[in-house]
Amino acid sequence: MAQTVRLAVNGVARVEEVEPRLLLVHFLRERCGLTGTHVGCDTSQCGACTVLCDGAPVKSCTMLTVQAEGMAITTIEGLAPPGEMHPLQTAFWESHGLQCGFCTPGFIMAASALLAENPDPTDEELGRGLEGNLCRCTGYVNIRRAVHAAAKAIREGSAAPTAVGG
Amino acid sequence: MAVSQLIGARVQRREDPRLITGHGRFIEDRLPVGLLHMAVVRSPHPHARILRIDKGAAAAAPGVLAVLTAEDFHKQLQGVMPVTPSFVPEKKFVPDRFPIAGDESCFQGEPVAVVVATDRYLAADAAELVRVEYEPLPAVVDPEEALREGTHLAHVDGPDNIGWDMTFEGGDIEAAFARAEVRVTERILQQRLAPTPMEPRGVLADYSPYDDRLTIWLSSQNPHFIRLFISGAMGLPESRVRVVSEDVGGGFGSKISPYPEDYLVPAASRILGRPVRWIETRTESVLTTYHGRGQVFTAEAAAMRDGTLLGLRLTQVLDLGAYHGTFGAFQACACLMAGGVYRWQAIQARTIGVLTNKVPTDPYRGAGRPEGTHLCERMVDRVAQEIGMDPADLRRKNFAREFPFVNNFGLTYDSGNYDGSLDRALELVEYSSWRRRQEEARKQGRLIGIGLSTWVEICGFGPSQPTAAATGGISLVEAAQIRFLPSGSVAAYVGTHAQGQGHDTTFSQIVADTLGMPLEMVELRHGDTAEGPSFGYGTYGSRSLAVGGMALHKAAVVVRDKARNLAAHLLEASPDDLVFEQGTFAVKGDPTAHKTIQEVALAAYGPNLPTGMEHGLEAVSYFDPPNFVWPFGAHICVVEVDRDTGAVALQRYVAVDDCGNVINPMIVEGQLHGGIAQGIAQALFEEIAYDQESGLMQTGTLLDYLVPTINEIPDLTLDRTVTPSPTNELGVKGIGEAGTIASSAAVINAICDALSPLGIHHVDMPASPGRIWKLIQEAQS
Repeated sequence: MAQTVRLAVNGVARVEEVEPRLLLVHFLRERCGLTGTHVGCDTSQCGACTVLCDGAPVKSCTMLTVQAEGMAITTIEGLAPPGEMHPLQTAFWESHGLQCGFCTPGFIMAASALLAENPDPTDEELGRGLEGNLCRCTGYVNIRRAVHAAAKAIREGSAAPTAVGG
Repeated sequence: MAVSQLIGARVQRREDPRLITGHGRFIEDRLPVGLLHMAVVRSPHPHARILRIDKGAAAAAPGVLAVLTAEDFHKQLQGVMPVTPSFVPEKKFVPDRFPIAGDESCFQGEPVAVVVATDRYLAADAAELVRVEYEPLPAVVDPEEALREGTHLAHVDGPDNIGWDMTFEGGDIEAAFARAEVRVTERILQQRLAPTPMEPRGVLADYSPYDDRLTIWLSSQNPHFIRLFISGAMGLPESRVRVVSEDVGGGFGSKISPYPEDYLVPAASRILGRPVRWIETRTESVLTTYHGRGQVFTAEAAAMRDGTLLGLRLTQVLDLGAYHGTFGAFQACACLMAGGVYRWQAIQARTIGVLTNKVPTDPYRGAGRPEGTHLCERMVDRVAQEIGMDPADLRRKNFAREFPFVNNFGLTYDSGNYDGSLDRALELVEYSSWRRRQEEARKQGRLIGIGLSTWVEICGFGPSQPTAAATGGISLVEAAQIRFLPSGSVAAYVGTHAQGQGHDTTFSQIVADTLGMPLEMVELRHGDTAEGPSFGYGTYGSRSLAVGGMALHKAAVVVRDKARNLAAHLLEASPDDLVFEQGTFAVKGDPTAHKTIQEVALAAYGPNLPTGMEHGLEAVSYFDPPNFVWPFGAHICVVEVDRDTGAVALQRYVAVDDCGNVINPMIVEGQLHGGIAQGIAQALFEEIAYDQESGLMQTGTLLDYLVPTINEIPDLTLDRTVTPSPTNELGVKGIGEAGTIASSAAVINAICDALSPLGIHHVDMPASPGRIWKLIQEAQS
């Protein structure tokens, strides 16, 4: 009953046989070994599993792998080249925008979609863009700061990816 | 950055690069070859007799290796799940708890059977096919109802529903009340909360039959205690069991105690001889991960008309759930801390633990201290309101000012400066200006309120003597090990374990500073029972820095002292003639004679040691603090309540806290942000609700259980005073729970202040629009 699905994950084309009921998040984590996309709920409230499907933020626990046919998927691992960081990642680091880090990949992916659409969001717009993601550690204060800082860095063109550990 | 300035610096976290790039190591990220998946069949009833379990269809389903019930697990697991004395040494009814129900299930969600299969989807499918025949039994859900004589029993064989009933006497309460000119009473609800770490629980166990060894990976705050408990139940020597907890996606208290699955997964692995994993779904998490709070307080405060506080009398009815949580009685510390930062003539506090047919309660961020603070700060405000005194003035009039301060129950607050934090908070929030704006708003019929919470907490558990009783024999101290490797890098091990608090960074700052090393030469390890000292005591109760950080510091000092002796030998000088600066031992007065500590480390593994010195440069130290530590502060919240809808808008939130010396201000601020958000969440949004008729949970998903989103938490204004703790050499206190302890009272006091012109004196939590709207309607009719 397996079905063939063709898609690209972080720029790599894949042709896979999957059960029709296989959730995209399980495909990414267990077939592709991309465990940065987390499952924090099974009811699509927490947003920890957010990935980009053709650039749009999607909660991958709520999508079947077969629905991603023909799509380009970007996960947290694919946001910047290996060994480098996307400005959002740098900003989360510098602003202490994470504590346990479990929700963080989802926040960063959702924020990347938000900033692609709106490079200079107000607090209110930022809130609308990230209201589908839950964080239990930070009280969101530093997440807001991080996203604003990243937006500024991208706008000002100082957005060259920085080295991990740098 | 100069190496000697790491303590106190905003060092960026070392754990972040892996976490922000998707390379964290959470429990579900581990996929060993041959992994089997466990699904749990749970009772859908609050209380039921289990008549029969038909495994047939499930066992025959595709991919299924085993369907296991209590009968199977009794062959694997001995004894019952642990209950510690905590603050209530004498319990009354303590029902035995086996990790899986046998004849009787006592709460909705209690495990009844498990299915192990080759794939998580197949395990979930098969779990649906397990046929359990139940005979529903009457359930008791409300803790006050559970106390009524002749009510239903939470356990059919129980004598009653009373888990404990004891009274703490702190002074002559009758005398205090006899003098009173004013008395106020209140009934204060502490609703049940779901801790809701973003990473649900999970356990992976791999038992090897060939060498009789068991490795357990789990998402835990407390890996060493889990090893102690599980090895005991499995009949394995503790030394043959390894518990590993890598990145933990939040805990907030809910990952301290052992859970049924912590036993069932290793037992299933031993039965099947293969690695077995269970990952909690969010629905399971809300239903079965131990809840916090769940208490009803009745309180009466006595005071003089000039604002002098006299006496406080209270009863805590604590909803235990169907079994005592392992550390559930810790929450009785609400009684011991009910006096807060004030001088009282007497306090009398009775705590009653009550069994109900619900999931057990256990420590959740603050555990007893938010409840004590909330009660105290509400009652102080009630007194202020009654006598028409400004709540800030009443607080000032009664603050403890001489330290060490011994409270009514003999607990000694180590240091404090309650005026300092309150004054700064009042200044930051522009208190008098807000009072004026409030006055003007009232004239227009608008409801603005200003709420204060001047808090203190007991944390940093040990010390060994008072906590030996609390854990049932093992004293709470902390252990650390420092190892200098021959080439000059340092491995540091500690028995605490972070769940987002950044210990990799802050603890390395302490070690690096003590040894004069650059940060990148220090590696911090925790969370693996196979490494470091023989025991570790875990992370909870804001203890990690004040106890674990100190253990690391002590071990580093032992290593440094040995290095000094060896350096003196190598430099042919007396140890007393050496100065140690920036990682280098130098002979006083001779700039050419010096050795770096790394050179000394290499020499420690070489041939040239002084007579009697053993090889190597490493040390294990235990730190037993002489007292708890006592952080404190002042939080002020400004709200506006919408008269028509009952909605609360947070206008301003200011927090001035004091946790003694600070290792990393960035992390302290982060802890406060998150803690305050959780307290705001309790005050305004979150509540685990059960239907009183059916006994079933009504808030089983994150759609119903309202964890705040980014839109609900405003910007928070923080500042700090610094009053070092005399309890430890670093002068540090804890900060992990402070925000939560302080904030619910500030928010609710603000709402009550806003509603006071309507004659409303109290609002229970969560202060939802519906609840407030109803109060307003009642007040106006």
